[in-house]
Amino acid sequence: MVVTDPVHETVNAVYLSDSRRVLATLIRLLGDFDAAEEALHDAFRAALEQWPRDGVPANPRAWLVSAGRFKAIDAMRRRARFDPLDEAGAAAEIAAVDAPAWADAESIEDDRLRLIFTCCHPALAPDAQVALTLREVCGLTTEEIAQAFLTPAPTLAQRIVRAKAKIRDARIPYQVPAHAELAERLDAVLRVIYLVFNEGYAASSGAVLTRHDLSSEAIRLGRLLVELLPEPEAVGLLALMILHESRRAARTSSDGELILLDDQDRSLWDRGQIEEGARLVEQALSSGTAPARGSAAGERRRVGPYAIQAAIAAVHAEAPSSDATDWAEIVGLYDALARVDASPVIELNRAVGVAMRDGPAAGLMLIDVILARGDLLDYRLAHAARAELCRRLGRTADARASYERALALTRQGPERRFLERRLGELGN
Amino acid sequence: MKYLCLVYLEDEKLRAVPDRECAACGDGFRKSGLLVAAEALQPVETATTLRVRNGRVSITDGPFAETKEQLAGFYLIEARDLNDAIQTASKIPPAREGSVEIRPIRELDPR
Repeated sequence: MVVTDPVHETVNAVYLSDSRRVLATLIRLLGDFDAAEEALHDAFRAALEQWPRDGVPANPRAWLVSAGRFKAIDAMRRRARFDPLDEAGAAAEIAAVDAPAWADAESIEDDRLRLIFTCCHPALAPDAQVALTLREVCGLTTEEIAQAFLTPAPTLAQRIVRAKAKIRDARIPYQVPAHAELAERLDAVLRVIYLVFNEGYAASSGAVLTRHDLSSEAIRLGRLLVELLPEPEAVGLLALMILHESRRAARTSSDGELILLDDQDRSLWDRGQIEEGARLVEQALSSGTAPARGSAAGERRRVGPYAIQAAIAAVHAEAPSSDATDWAEIVGLYDALARVDASPVIELNRAVGVAMRDGPAAGLMLIDVILARGDLLDYRLAHAARAELCRRLGRTADARASYERALALTRQGPERRFLERRLGELGN
Repeated sequence: MKYLCLVYLEDEKLRAVPDRECAACGDGFRKSGLLVAAEALQPVETATTLRVRNGRVSITDGPFAETKEQLAGFYLIEARDLNDAIQTASKIPPAREGSVEIRPIRELDPR
């Protein structure tokens, strides 16, 4: 086949733009991930054969769903002929029943949400949720996911196979959760998206600090989710990711070394992304206090941790320099964050904000309280932050001990070199 | 008096005994009035563990009961799908103290 053939190019374009939507609908119609994937491939193969001859259909997506469904029913009937007692025969008849609802636009959009919620079902292992979401919702290949997560491909493939088997055998339903469960289940989806983003933004191990593809994939997922389900926290997460992303160019030097927020060249920050992020923060904060979709009149959805973290990122993003940052606002937002999602890490970040607002001694006191309590003893950033404050106070020996502790805990090349540089600069 | 007879098998021996033999055994017990309920289970990979703490339901993949925990009872429930089963299981009182393993039943293949 000639690659420059325009119909062939159309098929490729439709594959890129619509294959995930078609898959999502086929999973609903066929009730099985593997059968749907096979049907998807058959449908595109049929398109390659028929569209050059018959022309590109007016609604390619509907054509593909319909073709995939008939191919799958065909395959089930063939299997049923060889194995008359098999369930395949019954399944073929069920799938063949005309479902007039399958093609209406609303249920097709819902299919994509169904797919997201099914892939992020809490009854699947967290690793499997991430792998399955990237495979089925984003359409990444198993090899691409394995590479991004530094996992052997067979391990990852096995994870996906097991997850699909559990969906089938434990009968995890293909549905958007009911309103009563929505908030909790949405948390699981947001967690998966943020995990993918962070994996791309700051790889937890290995030599490369940023793995851009995973971050942009996470942002794409975030946009899709906001489009399908504009809940305040989904908007908040999207804002948070875009605001982090806006600093990408300033985060590392040309030779791959880590640059802290305070030392970044702010002219490198992406203004367009900052504006979009700030706009989304506004949207998340204002919709967070308005009655939420489908909720009882007067019921107000609380602003959640993603929206507040995004608001913090926006304060940083809009400040012309570290000194000119509204640190009082930052500390106030961390207080709000601690109220909805208390954790030692948030306490640590608040302490750093206090150090900027009231001076290093005030911040150091708060960090020492956290460490004395036995929290964050193995968290490298707690020791790095402590070292930084001790250095500013001229407590060189304390700074050295904390840098060394942080160094012992870090697994990341650029972070390690940063800490070594700082240690070297301490002098004696 | 009722007794619960629990069947344990290594993973690779899950299919060592033919289903028809188990089905026949169950039928025999039923005819003699000995049987209350008997079911085969899907493999452990299909298990979901449910806990209720402070009124919140938490769900995890796998049968990760604490080793200190022992099998203390069972409910055989009817549910449309796993979400439905989770809904029902979250009302089981000991879910507040320990954990409830939700395991789908496997239909025996009598051929």
